[in-house]
Order: sequence, then structure tokens, then C-alpha cells
Amino acid sequence: MRGTANGDAFDRAAARARCKRYRRRILDMSQHVSALHIGGAFSCTEIVDNIYNELMRPRSPRGNSPDTFLMSKGHGCLIQYVILEELGVLTRADLDAYCTPHGRLGTHPDYGNPGIEASTGSLGHGLSMVVGMALAERGRGTDGIIYTVLSDGEVQEGSTWEAVLIGSSLKLTNIVAFIDNNDFQSLGRTSETHPSFYPLADKFRGFGWETVEIDGHDPRAIYEAVTGRSGAMPLMVVAKTIKGKGVSYMENVPIWHYRSPNSQEYTKAIAELEAQS
Amino acid sequence: MRNTFSEALYEEATKDPEIYIVVSDISPAGSMAKFSSLYPERFINVGVAEQSMIGICAGLALKGCQPFAYTIATFSLYRPFEMVRDDLCYQKLPVTVVGMGAGVIYSTLGGTHHTQEDIAIAGAIPNMQIIAPCDPAECTEATRWCAQQKQGPVYLRIGKAGEPNLTKGAEPWKFGKIRYLRRGTDVCILTYGVIAKMATAVAERLQAQGNSASLVSVHTVKPLDRDGIVDALKRHRQVIVIEEHAPQGGLASQTKQIAWDIGATCRLDTFTLQDAFIHNYGSHEDLLAAHGLSTDRILAAVV
Repeated sequence: MRGTANGDAFDRAAARARCKRYRRRILDMSQHVSALHIGGAFSCTEIVDNIYNELMRPRSPRGNSPDTFLMSKGHGCLIQYVILEELGVLTRADLDAYCTPHGRLGTHPDYGNPGIEASTGSLGHGLSMVVGMALAERGRGTDGIIYTVLSDGEVQEGSTWEAVLIGSSLKLTNIVAFIDNNDFQSLGRTSETHPSFYPLADKFRGFGWETVEIDGHDPRAIYEAVTGRSGAMPLMVVAKTIKGKGVSYMENVPIWHYRSPNSQEYTKAIAELEAQS
Repeated sequence: MRNTFSEALYEEATKDPEIYIVVSDISPAGSMAKFSSLYPERFINVGVAEQSMIGICAGLALKGCQPFAYTIATFSLYRPFEMVRDDLCYQKLPVTVVGMGAGVIYSTLGGTHHTQEDIAIAGAIPNMQIIAPCDPAECTEATRWCAQQKQGPVYLRIGKAGEPNLTKGAEPWKFGKIRYLRRGTDVCILTYGVIAKMATAVAERLQAQGNSASLVSVHTVKPLDRDGIVDALKRHRQVIVIEEHAPQGGLASQTKQIAWDIGATCRLDTFTLQDAFIHNYGSHEDLLAAHGLSTDRILAAVV
């Protein structure tokens, strides 16, 4: 918990300012490289910001937090990159060389790069790796919390449910997972293509996870969902989000899963961001 | 072989608290029960959930642990293939994927339980290492090596139970090096895994017929000891490969490739499973024979 000087437990204004900055940085990058997943990065911006800047314990002088973040929805990693840049883990040069022959960052996280705890991109892999990491912490008697963000499309993978089943069966209370429930996948709205998917939270409750549903763009709600957990079981936060959040013409429009804005669209997006409180 | 694996892993795990075994509702007998009661936090049974088994091993290894994934070979490699490729090989993690009962050992369980193409599949993935011990003693050596190595993933292809020890008195086992179980001058048999028992019988019969026969365990199938194979091709007038695997992507095809590359002049015969599923039943030997793998048929085909 970082909080404010005046004793308020959570500084919502600071979180909003950071998220605005991160979205702006991603939009700036979009003018150099077209390989982006803007929509899915903007839908989990507040969640990933909260994990790095509020929930994970600060990094030690040696550079590591005792806690871990694994981006299971690997296609959302742009938001991870811009936060890691601000934290000094990745460099400006790293981000400037994103998806270029002389760079090391691509559109999915690659293990071995600074701050990247696992290679993801193929969906349905992250949660099992999270379970393994949580087991390692338990086996050593260390208190690291393993944070992860899954996409809602990813929850259609059978492998995700294998991990859900084993995570709660082993009572891995050191797992904090989020579903970025933006309701979109490549071929349409999840709620229309897979109506049986909902209510989503009930599925996780049924498997024994402590489950909460929140507005995934409300920084305080994200923070309190985690800090207020009972800790008796692994935590699943079903976060209702908007794909492309923050730029009106991107919101809930599937093409922005992968498209980059042209210069006029970029100017409009920046103006919208700047006008937000 | 699975019991010797279990004993060797138990011994290593008592010395190294970072060793975990993650199983999918199948567990080796013997010392594994002792392992699980002494170190319950390091014996994880995920249930019938092989994709998660591999992912969990990856997560453990990402945190510096030394995990083993264990189940019947079809389910440890085929079912979670993409997890093996992405989570273990792409990230180059020191996880041992144990494929137990590989080949057609599960003869009466049918084709769903046969691994006829596992070497080709595992061997095609960058960073993957493959060890297929030929007897329980080699299985012990291989298991110890897997427990201590940090260079990347291993597919450890083992048998089931009751395999004879074939390597008594042989030169020491060394990862990545072919191992002569006997040395001769005329004919050289290259083999690996459980079918080494048949290869041994072939070597003995050849010897009895007046041929000086070498018998080699190619226990490390990847990285293949190319220099060792080249040497065998050059030193013998005839080389015979006997393997319990499809003709493509295994030791037979790789040996032919090496022979072509170096312009080998020896005669080269290969005996493998066929590129076909098996729909009949019987003993392990019956199934091997259905694809032409028997001591008599090999000898009949060898000049």
C-alpha cells in the first residue's frame, strides 16, 4: 500500500494520472510501429497499474519485488512494457525499439527480458505456471504473492480450468488473479458467442476460489478487492472492463484489437485523453 | 525401470529440497510413496490434467526449482504438447518430462497408449534433450543426471517394469555419448530404450555365428553423439539400428542421414516400428513382431 501523505489509504488521483500517462505512451508508440494490441492493453491498464504500483511490494535495491506478476494474457503486454519503463526496469531505448530488428520486445512477453517472468502469448498457459510459482513460494516458506491477469477469451481454454481446479484444491492462497472481462474476442462479443460463459464469477466460486466482481477501471475497487480478501483461498477478481477504454472510437470496437491509429486518429485520441480528469 | 527411476529420484530429492515431482494420477511405485509421505509439499498430484502438470512444472522451474513431470509417455508428451514446447522448451527450463511405458509396452491397452513417434516429436523442438535408458541401471544414471542438470528440458523415455540389466561391466554412462556395452569389429548394433533387450539377443546370436559384434546404447538421442555414430559407421563393415519407434525422426533416419553426409561405405540396416498404428493385441513382443521387430526376423534380414 503506497497511499497518500494525508493518510488516505488509496490515492485515486495518482492512479488516474499514471493510467493516463501509460495510455498516452502507448498511443505515442503506435505512431512508430503498427504491431499493437491497443484494445486489450487499454482494457487492463488500471489493473496492471494497480498490481505494479499499489499491490506488489516495492522492489529491493537488488531489483526484485518479493512478489511476482505474470501476464497470462500476453497480448496485453504493452501496458506492462510502459509500466516497466517507468519503473526503470525496461529502458526508453527498449520501448523505442519495440518490434524492430534491433529491439528485444515483441507483441508478446518473452522470458529473459527484464521484468518479464514468463513467456506467454498462447492463451491458457499462464495460470498453471502461476500455480507452479505459488507452490515454489509455499515449498520454501516464502511469502511472495503471485499476481496474474487473464483475458476472458483465455478462460475458454480447458487448460485454464485445469489450473483453476488444482489452484483451489491445493488452497494456494498466495495467488491473486484477475480476469480482464472486456467481453470481446476475435470473432465477436463473448456474451453473444458464449452465453453459457456467464455468470462468470459463479464458475470460479463453484471451484472454490474466493471471487469478487468489480469495475475493472476503478482503481480503488481493484485495490480493495485484493487488500480486502479473506485469504482463505486463491483470489479471482472478475473485472468488468471496456476494450479500448479511454478513447471513444476504440471502445468496444473489435478492429482496435490490433489496429494502430493514423495521425488524425492519434490526435483525436490524445485530445480525448487529455480532457479526462 | 519405473521403480529404479523412483528410487533414484527419491535419493536425489533427499539431498536437494528444490526437487519436485508433479504427476497426473499415475505414480511410480517403490520409493515414491516414501517421497510423498516425507515431502508431501514436493509431491503434487494434479489429477488427470496433463496440461496443468507441465505448466506447473514450468512455474516451479521459473522460481528455481527442479521439477519432474511424470505419467505414461503418451500423456506426458502428446496431450500437453504445446505446454512442453512453449512453457518448457521455449523458456529453456530444467524440467524433466518422464514418459513412462514408451513405445508399445502397453501392448494390450491399444493405440491410445502407444508412443511410436515420441522421439521425432520431442526431438523436433529446439532446446529439448532426450534420454532413453536401455536398462534399469542406465535409468538410475539418467535420473541422477536429470536431477542435477540446469541446461534445459529433458524428455526421459523409460520403460515400465521387469527390464533386465544389460549394462553390467560396460563403460561409464555419460550424457550425450554413445555407450559400448560390448565391443566387436564386424557388426555394430545401435539401439536405445527397452528394445535393447532384443538388440542384446541379436548381438549374442551374431557372435555365436562367428561375427564380432559391437552393441551400443544410444541412450542420449538428443543431442545425438554424431562423432560416436560416425566412428561406429567407419569402424564396422555393417551397422544395424534397432529401435522401437517409427521410421521417421528417430535414430534410424538420423543414422542414415549421418551415413550419407560422411559417405559411409558400411552396410546399414535399420529395424523400426512401421509408420502405422497397431490394432492387434498380445504381449509387448507380439506387438513388436507385428511390425517386424523380432530377433529371428532381424537376423534373417542381416547378411
